[in-house]
Amino acid sequence: MKALAVAPVFIPLITLLIGIMLRPYHQQVKVVSLVGAALLTLVGIRLVALANADVVLAVQLGGWEAPYGITVIIDRLSAAMVAITGIIGLAAALYGLVREGNPDVLRNFHIFLHGLLAGVCGAFITGDVFNLYVWFEVLLIGSFALIALGGGRRRLSGTMTYVVLNLLATLVFLLSAGLIYSSTGTLNMGELGLIFRAGEAPPAATLAVVMMLVSFAIKAALFPVFGWLPASYHVAWTPVSALFAGLLTKVGVYAMIRIVTLVWPEYGQAHEVLLWVACATMLVGVLGAAAQNEVRRILSFHIVSQVGYMILGLALASPLAIAGAVFYLIHHIVVKANLFFIGGIAARMTGSERLAAMGGLYAKAPWLAILFAIPALSLAGIPPLSGFWAKFVLVKASLADGFWWAAGVALLTGIFTLLSMSKIWNETFLKAHPQGEKAIRIDDEMRWGWWAISGLAAMTVLIGIGAGPVMEYAIAAAGQLADPVVYFQAITHPGGR
Amino acid sequence: MEWLAALTAGGLAGIGMWLLLDRNLIRVVLGVAILGNAINLGVLASGRFAGSEAAFVTATTVPADPANALPQALVLTAIVIGFGLFAFALAVLKSVRESHGVTTTDRVTEITEEPAPDIEEVGLQIHQDDADHHHDAEEVRQ
Repeated sequence: MKALAVAPVFIPLITLLIGIMLRPYHQQVKVVSLVGAALLTLVGIRLVALANADVVLAVQLGGWEAPYGITVIIDRLSAAMVAITGIIGLAAALYGLVREGNPDVLRNFHIFLHGLLAGVCGAFITGDVFNLYVWFEVLLIGSFALIALGGGRRRLSGTMTYVVLNLLATLVFLLSAGLIYSSTGTLNMGELGLIFRAGEAPPAATLAVVMMLVSFAIKAALFPVFGWLPASYHVAWTPVSALFAGLLTKVGVYAMIRIVTLVWPEYGQAHEVLLWVACATMLVGVLGAAAQNEVRRILSFHIVSQVGYMILGLALASPLAIAGAVFYLIHHIVVKANLFFIGGIAARMTGSERLAAMGGLYAKAPWLAILFAIPALSLAGIPPLSGFWAKFVLVKASLADGFWWAAGVALLTGIFTLLSMSKIWNETFLKAHPQGEKAIRIDDEMRWGWWAISGLAAMTVLIGIGAGPVMEYAIAAAGQLADPVVYFQAITHPGGR
Repeated sequence: MEWLAALTAGGLAGIGMWLLLDRNLIRVVLGVAILGNAINLGVLASGRFAGSEAAFVTATTVPADPANALPQALVLTAIVIGFGLFAFALAVLKSVRESHGVTTTDRVTEITEEPAPDIEEVGLQIHQDDADHHHDAEEVRQ
């Protein structure tokens, strides 16, 4: 059990090390990378199965009892996040099996990928504030290496923006962790939650938590601190963009859900602020997308707007709303990463990712059109796909709490999202290619990428059709978040479980 | 002692923020480094400066007046990580400046806003835009 709890971190780390040692052997590195990502997926699925049977893994590392040691806790939310991280990692590794281009760069992608996955998984399973900071840094350094991959003027400029603003966010987080320690004397999330829930938190601790939420907001790209995301995500190589789109902002969202539900389980002032921020994020993101004319830049703005939905669920704070946020998180990672992968394949076939220079794909590659339609309609919230259920629950939860205007913003954003998606559809698939049909390239090179997007599209359909069990899982996860017994047990019964 | 650390951290953070808001990329990166050090000092001060001995407990002796070891461990971690990230930021700065002649934040924004080049999507060609950075190099000299 102990090994299983730390496996989500150790599998990518070991894969990374083996990858570095096998550096000269490109084929072997790719195989190792695929095996590592597949193993991570399997461990994630095993963790979800355990969590679904109401087992919560809690391990104290290094033989020190909480709150002195570092706690690793895997509840339903963490288990689901680890599983989905493995799946996205596997899809990216599959897409990265292409053979064109600089072979060293392609090899490096497979190595750095696992550095990123280790950081992401670490952030999902830790129960300690400072440890969360360390995992943020691990995933950050992995993402720095990945976004700069391949070089070039535009890419390096985007990297510069990305590096500076993410470093700033992480520094704010470090400061808030220091302030939390100085005001409460603990860094353990469980103990922190107990202090806050008992109403014994000094004002300085409240301030420190607010500061921490600000840094998570930068990570999650919330209004008004989202500017770095649409300024940098579109410059990276396609599978890198897809990885970032699926996972990175969602680490920020996860951390926000974790901390807010732990310290303020009831609706309060913080939730009111979050509610406004969520609505502004949804609207600004989707309106920003309307002004863009490149596939990935449109999709980048949609990441911002979609994060707003998750924060809406968190802000409403009712059990149904939190469950909606968890469901949204799971659905969104799959859909968003898939749209980026499909955008990459479409750009390769048409020779550009500027909408004006694309077209004709519906005639030449109808399967790609169908594969695009599934996540695109899901993103907009068309039944019976996964996005419909996610939005349905959130709208229902806002109406139940009397926030009809929040529900209105959510629905309006859905309509604008549909408009954006139909813009991509018209320009990329329906319109004739400006240079004629001959310009469209169809070859076998991307077959692994096709496997990745087909698998992710199938998952979207499955989450939509099997929404019942997934929603039950999310509701139970929300229950655990509202009453994180295990987080507190680690403090009150050290060594338990 | 705490007040001195607080003032120093505050002053450093101020300088760091001031540099961060500059248009010159070198100053921006230096600003991140200085702000990072300000925050490291703040974290160290968060454990208070009580105690006068290293907190080493051996089989025979227990220090009478141990210093708080936790913030030291935290800040050591943060320094190491911060150093690595700073080195990476410098490397990006160097290659952006030397190979592409970009030195200001405005220029960085402009370049990322440029329309996407028609590239072979899979390609990851490294020198896809050698052709147009001579123009930037001209700008630098002026």
